[in-house]
Amino acid sequence: MKVVLENLTKRFPGRSKKDEAVTAVDHFSFEIPDGQLIGLLGPSGCGKSTTLNLISGLETPTEGKIFFGDEDVTDLPPEARGVGLVFQNYALYPHLTVEENIIFPLENLKGAKKLTKEAMHEKAMEAARLVQIDTLMERKPKELSGGQQQRVAIARALVKIPRVLLLDEPLSNLDARLRLQTREELRRIQRETGVTTIFVTHDQEEAMSISDLIIVMKSGKVHQIGKPQDVYDEPANLFVAQFLGTPQINVFDGAIRNGKVWIGKEAVLDAAGKADRDVWVGIRPEGFIPDPEGPFTCKMDRVEVMGRDVSVISTHEKMTGKCIRSIVSSENRFAPDQKEVRFRLKPYKVFLFDKESEERV
Amino acid sequence: MKKKNNLKAWLYLLPAILFLGVFMLYPLVDVCFYSLEENFHFVSQKYSGIGLGNFRHVLTDPYFAMALKNTLILVAITVPVSTGLSLLIALGLSSVQKVKKLFQTIYFLPYVTNTLAVGLVFWLLFRNTEHTDGLISSLIVSLGGESINFIEGTYWQKMMVTCLYTIWIVMPFKILILTSALASVNPDYYKAARVDGASSGRIFRKITLPMISPTVFYLIITGFIGAFKAYSDEVALFGTNLNAAEMNTIVGYVYDMLYSDSGGFPGYAAAAALLLFAIVFTITYVNLRFSRNKVQYM
Repeated sequence: MKVVLENLTKRFPGRSKKDEAVTAVDHFSFEIPDGQLIGLLGPSGCGKSTTLNLISGLETPTEGKIFFGDEDVTDLPPEARGVGLVFQNYALYPHLTVEENIIFPLENLKGAKKLTKEAMHEKAMEAARLVQIDTLMERKPKELSGGQQQRVAIARALVKIPRVLLLDEPLSNLDARLRLQTREELRRIQRETGVTTIFVTHDQEEAMSISDLIIVMKSGKVHQIGKPQDVYDEPANLFVAQFLGTPQINVFDGAIRNGKVWIGKEAVLDAAGKADRDVWVGIRPEGFIPDPEGPFTCKMDRVEVMGRDVSVISTHEKMTGKCIRSIVSSENRFAPDQKEVRFRLKPYKVFLFDKESEERV
Repeated sequence: MKKKNNLKAWLYLLPAILFLGVFMLYPLVDVCFYSLEENFHFVSQKYSGIGLGNFRHVLTDPYFAMALKNTLILVAITVPVSTGLSLLIALGLSSVQKVKKLFQTIYFLPYVTNTLAVGLVFWLLFRNTEHTDGLISSLIVSLGGESINFIEGTYWQKMMVTCLYTIWIVMPFKILILTSALASVNPDYYKAARVDGASSGRIFRKITLPMISPTVFYLIITGFIGAFKAYSDEVALFGTNLNAAEMNTIVGYVYDMLYSDSGGFPGYAAAAALLLFAIVFTITYVNLRFSRNKVQYM
């Protein structure tokens, strides 16, 4: 089921009359193709959970429309939309067993859709097998591990075969190892069911690793939509460039003058055909190549050896962060007392952003 | 080392043990002795023998029978009604946002009002004097009915006023506790249930009620115990001569046996008190057994 959001806006009233209304989601428009896994990515407080709640129907939009396929569901209550929702804390009913939890949505069906006890049990088992918890059906949620609880929550969301599956920070309550595992698991479940899935996360690595498409949000606005690699390689603005990638992109205060990119007194790169202006220069950590003849000189701070590659930590007077982190091949050798390090830059790893609008130049 | 620690522990416990021993344990044991001493005389401090005579007397005393009947009726009506009403009001309170604080204060007022002052208000509502009818009676008259003097009326009229009074007095505390219990339920459960298409009735039965069941159960148990110990409410409504008003309770009976004009029988009082204890104990035990599978402790 494709999901279309048109000019979706949600304003929350201020706490008192004096406070201004808060716009959590601001004229959000995008189309999610059928059967894809979408990562809704942004820093906390950027409105991504509100967006999810709007799609689920738990919140009603102030403006705009939501379509599932060709059907306008904007005014439909949550239960009529056919969405499955997995909460950050899973919201499993603690007094019910795993099976009772999974069956709960089925028991709410009325009229022609009503199922017999056996049919419900069969469907619950099917959902449980999909997430591999079919041996735990008699347990209570508190007798399960975090990862198992999450599987139950997913099974409960899937048992009705939703048109859209929504996951709110699905991995944030899991420990690091389980997070990796569950990530793969989510991908597998989504592939097997083919349900259009939207998940919210503030962890860019999580979003990049399993999504077909990522949507980067900030302050209620969409900043960029695209395939993870495309967004990483071609960030639309400074925020997106900074938000994606670990270690973070290095940003310098620079300028374009006479077809060259200048950082401080050095022309580090060609910028043929671009008008003169002040810019932010973003360089990905992997965009540096150590070269004694290179045009870009930084003050050497230290080298962190990671085995496969090496992190060179250096500083520069025009940098905006605390230090410059560049990741280079471990074949490079650095002298222990080296005061300076010179780099060549990979042009496709360097992005220029307008000083004022912070949009890509 | 261990022995020294033990000594220290006992030392720390001493104040509590002394206090509890003197004011709780000793009287308790003493009541048991009193109840077995037949024909105890207050002045000479003598008794004629040891036996179950006091119990025999109390159990055949028509006044005790009346007190027992009144108490049981009170318990049977006020506990379920007050708990149910409190739950409804608490549910209402938790769904309003704007004037919630105001309503909470209003509902809590009876709790901080003196019992006798409330009694006075109930007199104004339900009692006819030479000069004027009670407010409720006036209302009935204005609607074309006949004037009723509830406070001095028939048995069931008096019982109705008593039940109303008790319910009104005990509700604030229950509302307060239930409101906080409802507020402690994670709203995500409700959201999840709504997305899953559960009707509000089903959400209440399958989610809200099980989640607050420990609190409800606590209120039922303490409600039973409190209602069995009813006395002051009846005094506030009908004065101290409750036997004449046919509105005596077990605790009232105990008091009468000790201090009133017909008093001076600590043996009867002790026996009645122990009978009350036995009843409350049994009911609480049955409650606990019955609820074991129903109450969800999380």
